[in-house]
Amino acid sequence: MNIADPQLALAIPAVGAVLIALCGRWPDVRETVTLATAIALLVVVASLAQLVFAGERPSVTLFSMLPGLSIALTVEPLGMLFGLIASGLWIVNSIYSIGYMRGNNEKNQTRFYVFFAIALACAMGIAFAGNLLTLLLFYEALTIATYPLVAHKGDPNTVRSARVYIGILLTTSIGLLIPAIVWTYIVAGTTDFVAGGILEGNLQGPAVGLLLGLYVFGAGKAAVMPVHRWLPAAMVAPTPVSALLHAVAVVKAGVFTIVKVIVYTFGVDFLFTQPSSSWLVYVAAFTIIAASIVALRQTNLKRLLAYSTIAQLSYVVMATAILKPLSEIGAAIHMVSHAFGKITLFFAVGAIYTASKKTEITQLRGIGRRMPWTMTAFTIGALSMIGVPPTAGFVSKWYILAGSFQADNYVALFTIIASTVLNAAYFLPIVFWAWFSEDTSEPDKQHGEAPVAIIIALTITAALTIAFFFFNGPALELESQLVGRQK
Amino acid sequence: MNILDFINYWIAMFLLVTGLYIVIARGNLVKKLVGLSIFQTSVYLVYISPSKIIGGTAPIIVPGMSVYSNPLPHVLILTAIVVGVATIALGLAIVVRIHEAYGTIEEDEIHAQDQGTQ
Amino acid sequence: MISSNLPALQVVVPLIAAPVCVLLRRGTLTWLLAWLASWSAAAISIVLLIRVLDQGTISYALGGWLAPWGIEYRVDAVNAFVLVLVSLVGAVIVPYARTSIGAEIRSEQHYLFWTAYLLCLAGLLGVTITGDAFNVFVFLEVSSLATYILIAFGNDRRALVASYQYLIMGTIGATFIVIGVGLLYLMTGTLNLADIAQRISEMPVDRPLLAALAFLTVGISLKLALFPLHLWLPNAYAYAPSVSTAFLAATATKVAVYLLLRFTFTVFGKSHVFDDLPYGEILLALSIAAMFVASLVAIFQEDVKRMFAYSSVAQIGYITLGIGLANTSGLTGSIVHLFNHAVAKGAIFLLLGCVALRIGQPALSQMAGLAKRMPLTAAGLVVAGLSLIGVPGTVGFVSKWYLVMGALEKGWWWLAALVLLSSLLAVVYVWRVVEICYFREPSKDLATANEAPLSMLIPAWVFVIACVYFGLDATVTSETAATAAKTLLESLR
Repeated sequence: MNIADPQLALAIPAVGAVLIALCGRWPDVRETVTLATAIALLVVVASLAQLVFAGERPSVTLFSMLPGLSIALTVEPLGMLFGLIASGLWIVNSIYSIGYMRGNNEKNQTRFYVFFAIALACAMGIAFAGNLLTLLLFYEALTIATYPLVAHKGDPNTVRSARVYIGILLTTSIGLLIPAIVWTYIVAGTTDFVAGGILEGNLQGPAVGLLLGLYVFGAGKAAVMPVHRWLPAAMVAPTPVSALLHAVAVVKAGVFTIVKVIVYTFGVDFLFTQPSSSWLVYVAAFTIIAASIVALRQTNLKRLLAYSTIAQLSYVVMATAILKPLSEIGAAIHMVSHAFGKITLFFAVGAIYTASKKTEITQLRGIGRRMPWTMTAFTIGALSMIGVPPTAGFVSKWYILAGSFQADNYVALFTIIASTVLNAAYFLPIVFWAWFSEDTSEPDKQHGEAPVAIIIALTITAALTIAFFFFNGPALELESQLVGRQK
Repeated sequence: MNILDFINYWIAMFLLVTGLYIVIARGNLVKKLVGLSIFQTSVYLVYISPSKIIGGTAPIIVPGMSVYSNPLPHVLILTAIVVGVATIALGLAIVVRIHEAYGTIEEDEIHAQDQGTQ
Repeated sequence: MISSNLPALQVVVPLIAAPVCVLLRRGTLTWLLAWLASWSAAAISIVLLIRVLDQGTISYALGGWLAPWGIEYRVDAVNAFVLVLVSLVGAVIVPYARTSIGAEIRSEQHYLFWTAYLLCLAGLLGVTITGDAFNVFVFLEVSSLATYILIAFGNDRRALVASYQYLIMGTIGATFIVIGVGLLYLMTGTLNLADIAQRISEMPVDRPLLAALAFLTVGISLKLALFPLHLWLPNAYAYAPSVSTAFLAATATKVAVYLLLRFTFTVFGKSHVFDDLPYGEILLALSIAAMFVASLVAIFQEDVKRMFAYSSVAQIGYITLGIGLANTSGLTGSIVHLFNHAVAKGAIFLLLGCVALRIGQPALSQMAGLAKRMPLTAAGLVVAGLSLIGVPGTVGFVSKWYLVMGALEKGWWWLAALVLLSSLLAVVYVWRVVEICYFREPSKDLATANEAPLSMLIPAWVFVIACVYFGLDATVTSETAATAAKTLLESLR
């Protein structure tokens, strides 16, 4: 049996979800199943990756949804990269979840693992979607599947935040993304993802900019201002959810949608000739700066990370919007480097919460001495966000900067430099307090490191953050296929 | 064109509006049904009157008769009358049940009772 | 022999079964008979649909009297689709109904319930299949009278008032239809729909014809609960027994919509109705009003059944919206939404029936903690609710897709925006239910409740699964709907 099949990548987590539900009564079996599913998924995705490296584009049509419109999967470099990050980090995140969920005695753990697996299946569907309709289907499914995860705690406060979450995500996708796709279908007669785009010659003038706007804000998961409010709201979820979904899978699904639409629906070259599309750089730049400034004022750790994520997501959007080969590569690579860095940060924050129930920045003074592993990982993650070598963040920023030079886009250049300063301004004080400040916590609240599973997970992701600085060749090679195919 | 040429339609429309007015204006459930019945009856005229030819007979070929009325509308209205009777009967049956349940058949009193129970 | 008489049998089977029920009088026996009749009606309708799609329109002369003298049953893609819809819904509900009416209706009245149910089914099928204008009225009244009885079976005494109100409004509507038919007959001298259409196409549109169109439209709109003629619907749905609500919500209004399609497109013709008159514009305005006003009212309802009844009014707005667009995509959306809304609302009302079986008709606050006590019921409600919103992967999305496409093809951006905006109102009322079911501790009514028996859950879940299945693989439904839409638009002109 050929395991390099995109259908399998969807089927494995889906079947996994069923098995997890069935094993709900035995926590050990349940978590073993989760891990086994995650590993099996990575094996499949990795074998797909080999094919994509070799230049193949495995594709399969599942069934026809509407006359002339089918649900189809096609693996191409961009989706491959997204699929690899999501499935690879799911393993690490599962280890972490075990430590976190048990360490905090969370309720309804079976429901948690089941919906996590479903969310991953949806993420795979988004990654390997062969046309806009398939993308939309899984995009919405992901929104619905993550709702129970966000609302996990179930107290009135959480439910209210979850309402904001589902409200904004459904509003944007139903109100903007669906008309965008219908419009595309009407003018182009297809919704397939084709290298070089399908809109050239079908759409002209200001309509291009309008359609782009529908897509950018319709993909609310990308959290481009002003549709970003759901992300801070989603922070009420347990930390593993924030870590994998709201730093990697869900938010990346948003920017992935935007990148994919720009590359495969509009076509980079076509969009470059359309002056009406230039607004996107400014909106993304504004989001980066504004979100960073808001982050400066946050006192809750997770909310700070959420605003940082909003800014970092707009890096990807801005890089794509520069519409130059190097910046497209930068956009794709930034999805990876931000994933590694941000998941590390969330893991660290979750570790702090599990060990000490601390959630505020001001409580972190001197915590480095109690939790050296955790804070080392946090520091690495923070450096990666700022873009200091030798961390992953540097690599992607390098390419985005190079792309901005290629396009002579000084707005983008300025934004990147300014936001780097801002990033440093909100991350470095935390690192400084954690390591060099006096411990002010009361003696009766003594605590050490978090459970082992958590430490293992965050060590792995921290190591990945650094490793990506040195070993980023394969990813670059993969994504250069993306732009290589269209000059 | 003489306005009296359409006297049958004038009468039908007058009955129609009268019936409708009673249905809307009366609060008594039985009176509403009376109105509904008048309303339905008016339609019978719309069908029957144009199809009756003065001096015409039933369409049975008999010597000496050459003018026949159209039988089809008459048959249709027989059906409509049956439907109308059934409707009124069912309506009255429901009114009886309402009287058992509420002790009144005045619309506003029923309404008041419902508001009270909520 | 049997195969050539299928169009007649479609109506005759439930029609004969109904009086037999009265003779049998025994609850279980009548139930089995209803089961038999409704399932054979479903089988017949499916055979008819396949045959129509295969060979084109079927014309059947009742009693051997050829049209236009006799009554013609005429099955084309449009009404074959509606026949399947009505009879399938009828068939799925019967096994469910036994337990449900067992709890809600006194057992000595069961045979009467089944009589009314079968009469209603026969009437609805008759309205749909017939090609004779007066026959439409007769069957419409057969189904309506049966409907009033089905509603009056409700436990709550308010059901009686609701039934009475519906009787008054329904009769006014039906009488308007008779007046319209009468005017048509006076002008054309025939009652056969195809014949009328033929003759209207050859004559100028003068005042009596316009009056006929107006009477028919208003009369049918009363029956289909087009805003603002929907006032009978919320109470009737809210206080009727669960089974009646599910059946009526899924079928009765849909058949009325079919009538509207038939009269506007086939009989009067698109050019007379839509090109010469502001008919489409009026319909669009009322539809938009329905979508927004009814959804907003639904948001503030405390009684769950009433809430979804208002949601029905809003969803009917989508259906009439597609008719108002009068282009292929819009009409396809409208026809496919007949099916899709029937499935989704059927699921919701059947599931609410499961809740009602345990705790009586639920107020929203009594649904608290439903997910803990009746997880399958709650999950089904979520899926069907998502379908009302129109989330991709559910049937609601398919309808919205076509409606938005229909609006965009006409270049009406604002209309596409309004369609989607009103979907968001559905998010609000559906999510109220979701939050209460899932994130509250069980209410004291639900404290000891458990799942409804399988005989109720399975039919309800058939609808729920249909919501997803026909949302993912919508080729069959939407292709049939598209064929129907083309049939309507191409008829004559």
